[in-house]
Amino acid sequence: MRLLTLLRRYLFDYRGMLVGVVVFQALQTFGMLFLPTLNARMIDEGVAVGDVDTVWRVGGWMTLVAVGQLLCNALAIYFGSRCAMSAGRDLRRDIFHHVIDMGQQEVSAFTAAGLITRNTNDIRQVQQFIVLSATMLVMAPLMSLGGIVMALYESVELSWIVVVTVVVLAIAMGVIVARMVPSFTVMQERIDALNSVTRQQLTGIRVIRAFVREHAESQRFATANEGVTEANLRVGRLFALMFPLVMFIIQAASAAVIWFAAFEVEAGTLGVGTMMAFIQYLLQILMGVMIASFMAMMLPRAAVSARRILEVVDHPIAIDASGSTSALPTPGTVEFSDVEYRYPGAEAPVVSGLDFTVPAGTSLAIVGATGSGKSTIASLLVRLVEADTGAVCIGGVDVRDLAPETLTRTVGFVPQQAFLFSGSIADNLRFAAPGASEADMRWALQVAQADFVDDLADGLDHQINQGGTNLSGGQRQRMAIARALVGRPEVLVFDDSFSALDTATDKALRAALAEQVDATLVIIAQRIATAQDADRILVIDHGRIVGLGSHEELAGTNEVYREIIESQSGAHHAGEVTRGD
Amino acid sequence: MATEPEPNARAKEFLPTMKRLLGRFRPVRLVMSAAVVLVALSVGFTLIGPLILGHATNLVFEGWVSSRMSAGQTQEQVVAELRAAGDDTMADMVAAMVIVPGAGIDFAALGAVLLLAIGVYILASGVEWIANRMLNFGVQRVMYRLREDVERKIHALPLAHFDRMRRGDVLSRLTNDLDNLNQVLSESMGQIIRSVLTVVGVLAVMFALSWQLTLVTLLTVPLTAVVIGLIGVRSQREFTTQWKSTGVLNTRVEESISGHNLITVYGRGDSTKDAFDAENDEVFRSSFRAQLLAGLMMPAMQFIGNLVYVGIALVGALQVANGQLRLGTVQAFIQYSRQFSQPLAQLGGMAAQLQSAAACAERVFELLGYPEEPVEHARATLPDEPRGEIEFRHVAFGYSPDTPLITDLNLRAEPGTTTAIVGHTGAGKTTLVNLLMRFYEIDSGQILFDGVDTSLLTREDLRSHMGMVLQDTWLFGGTIEENIAYGKPGATRDEVIAAAETCYVDHFVRTLPQGYDTLIANDGGNLSQGERQLITIARAFLTRPTVLILDEATSSVDTRTELLLQSAMQRLRSGRTSFVIAHRLSTIRDADTILVMDHGDIVEQGAHEELLAHGGVYAELHAAQLAAGGSLDDVEA
Repeated sequence: MRLLTLLRRYLFDYRGMLVGVVVFQALQTFGMLFLPTLNARMIDEGVAVGDVDTVWRVGGWMTLVAVGQLLCNALAIYFGSRCAMSAGRDLRRDIFHHVIDMGQQEVSAFTAAGLITRNTNDIRQVQQFIVLSATMLVMAPLMSLGGIVMALYESVELSWIVVVTVVVLAIAMGVIVARMVPSFTVMQERIDALNSVTRQQLTGIRVIRAFVREHAESQRFATANEGVTEANLRVGRLFALMFPLVMFIIQAASAAVIWFAAFEVEAGTLGVGTMMAFIQYLLQILMGVMIASFMAMMLPRAAVSARRILEVVDHPIAIDASGSTSALPTPGTVEFSDVEYRYPGAEAPVVSGLDFTVPAGTSLAIVGATGSGKSTIASLLVRLVEADTGAVCIGGVDVRDLAPETLTRTVGFVPQQAFLFSGSIADNLRFAAPGASEADMRWALQVAQADFVDDLADGLDHQINQGGTNLSGGQRQRMAIARALVGRPEVLVFDDSFSALDTATDKALRAALAEQVDATLVIIAQRIATAQDADRILVIDHGRIVGLGSHEELAGTNEVYREIIESQSGAHHAGEVTRGD
Repeated sequence: MATEPEPNARAKEFLPTMKRLLGRFRPVRLVMSAAVVLVALSVGFTLIGPLILGHATNLVFEGWVSSRMSAGQTQEQVVAELRAAGDDTMADMVAAMVIVPGAGIDFAALGAVLLLAIGVYILASGVEWIANRMLNFGVQRVMYRLREDVERKIHALPLAHFDRMRRGDVLSRLTNDLDNLNQVLSESMGQIIRSVLTVVGVLAVMFALSWQLTLVTLLTVPLTAVVIGLIGVRSQREFTTQWKSTGVLNTRVEESISGHNLITVYGRGDSTKDAFDAENDEVFRSSFRAQLLAGLMMPAMQFIGNLVYVGIALVGALQVANGQLRLGTVQAFIQYSRQFSQPLAQLGGMAAQLQSAAACAERVFELLGYPEEPVEHARATLPDEPRGEIEFRHVAFGYSPDTPLITDLNLRAEPGTTTAIVGHTGAGKTTLVNLLMRFYEIDSGQILFDGVDTSLLTREDLRSHMGMVLQDTWLFGGTIEENIAYGKPGATRDEVIAAAETCYVDHFVRTLPQGYDTLIANDGGNLSQGERQLITIARAFLTRPTVLILDEATSSVDTRTELLLQSAMQRLRSGRTSFVIAHRLSTIRDADTILVMDHGDIVEQGAHEELLAHGGVYAELHAAQLAAGGSLDDVEA
């Protein structure tokens, strides 16, 4: 089972502490088992005969044992918590570090949302299980075993009652828990369904009101609500039965012990005090069985989470980051030689036969329909994915041979989604170039047309929310461009980075790039207006190059390029255009 | 997750909230009070149980004593013999017993007593089971109604409310808070009732047995308070810290995975890991402390139990020695004192849970308490086939009273014409839609539909004649057919397909394996943005509205799909009074009227050619667009 693999792997480093848990838990259990004996003695030898001295003496002992038990228990809990939380910390660290080391291919295979869930919810599930294991799991068998040993010590003849009761209780708990686990699964599904309806109602509130569908929505909700209620009732009924049933089994067992012990007592083979002690031990054994049953209830969920975590941690990373070349023979050049790339498991490659060169200091625009493979070219360039055949070279060196830090320094990248991190504007700009001076940052902001920063009271120290939600789409985009510029890289890659900008800003930005930035530009563009001033334009259709030349050249001869121009002038009617895919 | 409510956040008004929560149980008060009575019965049986078992023990003990005496002796003789032998204690004990010397254990009597005990335990468990089921039913009924009320509230609140509140906050109240409340109520309701009744019952029995020993037992209460004060409060604090640091860590995780590409490209993996490690250590420290302190609660309570046990034994022994108490009483008392501390500890443990439930309930009640849109009575109605004339007369409006957005807006749209609205973000384009649909109520002035003041109509009547296609392509989790038929329940399949064909939906739906029965995934992952937009157009088309509102933002689709969208919207518009929020000037050239809005006011108004000739804002925008050959996007603030 994957859960065991995971536990073994992550608890191994803390085996010392685990030993501590077992030792102190054993001592604590021993104390717990010893207390009934002392209780019995205090009653029989002290209270029964009114001997206050004996009560003082035995009471003193009892207090001592109780203090000892408290200390051992505290130590066991200390080691247990420490060990469980340490293992949880290591687990979180390992999965997160591994995810950070992944390439785009692995991240998209798991999906970002999937990785986030594994990093948070799944980890929490497993951690809870580890906590319980490190405390309860050790205690349950110790309690049961201790109870069994003591019970046997008191009376071998009555031990069959222990066997029968344990079996009965185990069966009862087993049946209930076996029903409860699937009921919990159903309940979780129904809660998710209900929450999904609620979420839809909140996001679609305008549409619902516009179409006057409040009533129908309430019915949709009522159906989901009934589902949740029904599932809750089912789980509730099991719980309603469980505790009375367990209590009854325990009490009936006590009555049975008295009945059968009576024969032994009459035969003179058993004392009355022993009988009482035996009942105490039986209770302890049954407690152990119950704890074990609760563990069984947690097991399925933790097992699913463990499998999901290990899937990530054990997933091999395709990109080998051991390249070490740092000297570039032809700085600023970009070269694709017969590059092909396909997503793992895909039938057809996304891009193939890509063969072009961008000389240092020139600009290349890439245009094409959605899904034609434009963004894949950008990903290949910055080595988020690697070519299956052919080679991508920057500055004359295959990106796979470059030292990762050299590639980072050489290429600046502006992604399609202008993602910003929480922190100050300066933090975000220094993300690309940790040593950037304030002058560098001011320059980058000015080129990127991000002059809105000057209007902020706290300027570069202005705090950006998670995901940049306190900036507008256009401001985020300009920030992302400035971030790429700060380190003054030799090659700049813009993956459809101008679409959130208004036309005037788009134009001013491209002018500033041409005048003030000395770099090779690769611009993936949605609008023809963005592309047309580039030195050369690469037209991509279905992952292949169908045209390469200046705007004027392509506008005259290239069918695909003309079609794109026409679709953007708004002159054509959709009926005459066939769908791109 | 970052959106989770703080689990240990305390309710501001604990008692009033609890009272209100209890009030929600009024509809099920019969079941609940019957359940309480049954729990009381069950507690009673559980308290009698030990007495009967104690009697059984006595029978065994007495039988054992008697078997060691020779038959034929009377009890008095035995007692006298024992006194003569100097064994006064044994003599006292035997004197107090009902013994037939030499008879041995009376198995018939023992069997009867044990059967009685088992009978009582069956009753106790059976009654508890029934009570639990009734409580379960009651709680679930109350939760069902609470969820229902909250959902109704969503539809009854003014839209302004949702614009003011963070969506995540509302969602969290509707999901996490209700879930947590449900969990606490269904888990603790029975326990709380049971624990309280047990404490009361045990206390009564203990007082009846010996008030002196009861006072010793009551030492448990202050000791428990000390433990909760020393450990419980601190552990609550640590749990809060743990919750906060976990939130920080989860934010880091979300952010790093969302920005994974950037971290890779800019080589920031190591520094990201370092930052994570520091935060991870913080989570470790706080969760370790919280876990440790919470774990110590139980042993501490056990320890108190043991101390009190010693105390009872001491006082009990003194009293037995003085002849004030009999041994059986002390033993019975010890049994009960064990039953006293356990529910007390449980109640202590539940205090934290109750606090968190109260905090959740408070947030839910707060939502339920917000003022709703007033219930309207139609003071006017629209004809079945209205013409679709819309007029704004001196309309004034502001999202908050102190910052008026629109001061005096006048406009008139003739039936069947298209009015395009252009302007920067924040210029008031969406506001116009909000007012027309009566998502918001105007502050002064009038909006007329076919000459009827829309404020005299019910919202339903007004909206049933309007169609809307928004930039936000909202589809619900049903099939494609259900989504197209959303605005016209009961539409036939043929009607749906006809609408789909007109709006270019049919083509791509047929390429899907399940066609119109394809379920739309939660995030619409199986459809592209453009396809979702086309479905929303077909949806509006099917309702055949008189007045149409279109938000034409299509920046996230490729240019060919965009052409399909433009064309579909054009078909939708024909013959209807349409308001188009335009993002590209090229698409609205043929509009009958173009409104240029700025700061809530209409700064220019007229047809394309007129406005160009006028040489104002519109002409400038148009020139900029021509120069760029692209689109007119919102200029960012």
